[in-house]
Amino acid sequence: METKNILIVGVGGQGTLLASKLMGKYFTEEGYDVKVSEVHGMSQRGGSVVTYVRFGSKVFSSVIEKGEADIILSFEQLESARWLPYLKKGGVLITGTQRIDPMPVIMGRAEYPENIIEKLCKNDIKVIPVDALNLALKAGSAKCANVVLLGAAVRFLGIDRESFSKIIETSVPSKTVEMNLRAFAYGYSAE
Amino acid sequence: MEKKTLLLGNEAVARGLFEAGASFVSAYPGTPSTEITEAAAKYDEIYCEWAPNEKVAFEAAFGASLGGARSFCAMKHVGLNVAADPLYTASYIGVNGGMVCAVADDPGMHSSQNEQDSRHHAIASKTPMLEPSDSSECLSFAKLAFELSEKYDSPFLLRLSTRVSHSRSLVALSPREERQLKEYKKDVMKNVMMPAMAKGAHVRVEQRTKALTEWADTEAVKLGVNTVEYFDRKLGVISAGTSYTYAREALGEKASFLKLGMVNPLPVELIKEFAKNVERLVVIEELDPIIENHCKAIGVRVEGKSIFSPLGEFSQATIKKALLGEEPDALAFPDEIPPRPPVLCAGCPHRGLYYALRGLHLYVSGDIGCYTLGAQAPLSMMDSCVCMGASVSALHGFNTARGEAQAAKSVAVIGDSTFIHSGITGLIDIAYNKGISTVIVLDNSITGMTGHQNNPANGLTIRNDPTVAVNLEALAHAIGINSVRVVDPFNVAETKQVIKEELAKKEPSLIISRRPCALLKKVKHEKPLVVNTEKCVGCKACLSVGCPALSQTAAGGKTRALIDENQCVGCGICTAACKFGAIEKGGEQ
Repeated sequence: METKNILIVGVGGQGTLLASKLMGKYFTEEGYDVKVSEVHGMSQRGGSVVTYVRFGSKVFSSVIEKGEADIILSFEQLESARWLPYLKKGGVLITGTQRIDPMPVIMGRAEYPENIIEKLCKNDIKVIPVDALNLALKAGSAKCANVVLLGAAVRFLGIDRESFSKIIETSVPSKTVEMNLRAFAYGYSAE
Repeated sequence: MEKKTLLLGNEAVARGLFEAGASFVSAYPGTPSTEITEAAAKYDEIYCEWAPNEKVAFEAAFGASLGGARSFCAMKHVGLNVAADPLYTASYIGVNGGMVCAVADDPGMHSSQNEQDSRHHAIASKTPMLEPSDSSECLSFAKLAFELSEKYDSPFLLRLSTRVSHSRSLVALSPREERQLKEYKKDVMKNVMMPAMAKGAHVRVEQRTKALTEWADTEAVKLGVNTVEYFDRKLGVISAGTSYTYAREALGEKASFLKLGMVNPLPVELIKEFAKNVERLVVIEELDPIIENHCKAIGVRVEGKSIFSPLGEFSQATIKKALLGEEPDALAFPDEIPPRPPVLCAGCPHRGLYYALRGLHLYVSGDIGCYTLGAQAPLSMMDSCVCMGASVSALHGFNTARGEAQAAKSVAVIGDSTFIHSGITGLIDIAYNKGISTVIVLDNSITGMTGHQNNPANGLTIRNDPTVAVNLEALAHAIGINSVRVVDPFNVAETKQVIKEELAKKEPSLIISRRPCALLKKVKHEKPLVVNTEKCVGCKACLSVGCPALSQTAAGGKTRALIDENQCVGCGICTAACKFGAIEKGGEQ
């Protein structure tokens, strides 16, 4: 099988690492060769972060380059725009609609582009906006916005919902299982 | 099918130590190496510790090896500079129990102050070095390193990189091989390095390098450490580590590959043989041309840095572009995209300290940690930063060179963990040499940047067991600093006042800016603050604290400050910036 590439992007602190870890675990259990590449350290502090998930019959490189991603799972609008060049033509972009201003915008030294999602839609790709933050708040905490987005990704990847729920159950702290499963369900059924 | 587990490269190294029967691990945290030690600490069979710095970690592991245990230490690339002193002579002495030192390079500088290539240390110290390319090899090479360490009587280096350390891939696990401590026998000729003994040791080191070169040419091939894959022979590629994975991804079967698992010493006959069998020979290696220069030295014609940059990380795209002339036809977003640099977190105590320094027009000698982010706008509160601990000693030099008046308008800022690492000696330099500099320790009771490791100043061991904590105040007094003050950085006005007072004194001072990291679980946060839009005039003064929770909005026609309630933890530092009292405590939620 040809290698599939999923790019997970967001702002440091949004929980992209958990999303990639759960995906990695799922594809491993499905019997694929898997590579997941993460960024730790300085860029976690509110910077632009990216995680690569690759699976197939044999995966060599652990990174995804421009034009190679089948799916981008983005936690924030501006990050969707930043990483757009990494998406294949005809690929799927699942994007959280949350806006987080980077420091140059806060300082008035740069502008946050307007109507990002509209502009993204003009490309030869499928764009799926998800109000992950509000769905997460509805599920119990802003912190599970990552799992809401995972829910949306699982649906569009055609992954079996039940098997992925089990991965969540066995991976998140026991106190937060119910909340995360709610968040996952909201994401899965988000339109 | 064999059950495989998805492990981070660093976790796989830790698993390798466990399976090899290692029983002693000492390390100082450093991205991207930190998780090796954290993962090792989860195995009860292994004694693990955070050491004050990499030199201590290396020496402790060396001692454990002399004592007969299989021992290990880990560090980032710049950490090996700190540990270089023991490395170079431990290489002469060799080992009793096997000893392995992992060193993680950071091509692309995701979280580092330079991009040095640690293979230079392997060559210069004549220490053998293995380089895995994925998690499976992290595990198997770690085990092999212990075996070879004992067989060839040498400490072994295990070279990692950010991409190998922080990528997850599949590994097959085996049980631990429990090992008895080796017998310790006093052997002055082997273990005491004075000129007379070191001369003999150097002869052994040269012989060892020859023997290992032969191993690289023969046994390493049989064991699959150095591998040759022949596909299309028009192009031959020599590479190692993560560069091999990129090359294999980019070129598939359009080239033949010589993958080197041992990067010091490098094979000779194997390379000559491979060179004979391909038409064009290219070395693909990140950073410096180590393999390339070796090939040229043994008379093999190769291309390398004439095609590939010595800067940054590679990927399959780098190789496709350089060797196949292929570039992706990528999608493009129409507008300019503002950068998103990392920032101090909302509620970070360092922000309060930096905000207190504002307006004092000081020279700020900086150091390595989260607080280095204070160098960036809008805080812009740092003049220099070079390496761990240098803020203190460099401040002493700066002030001494420029005279007493300079000392009244300069400070050093250094974190608690960095101060323990190598700031203490600089402070002794100040006290001993009658300096009058003011040093500020930003004590957030954790090693923050590397992801929350305990340290000798916070009273907890690597396994969270209570232990003694370095008393910074008493330490300062003991080395001759009489003026020691403790401030709460959330109290910006008082902090500023204390800094002014200490700068005015004609004696050295230590100010401890003490408040735990906002991300620590034990820290209780206040309710988010709110902007009173009646009082707010939209002057943007609050934005100067550089808090990610604060922005502005023009909704409703007037520009007003806006607080993101999902990020704000109510620290109140921004209230010190607002002259209009427009930032208020949040109500009931």
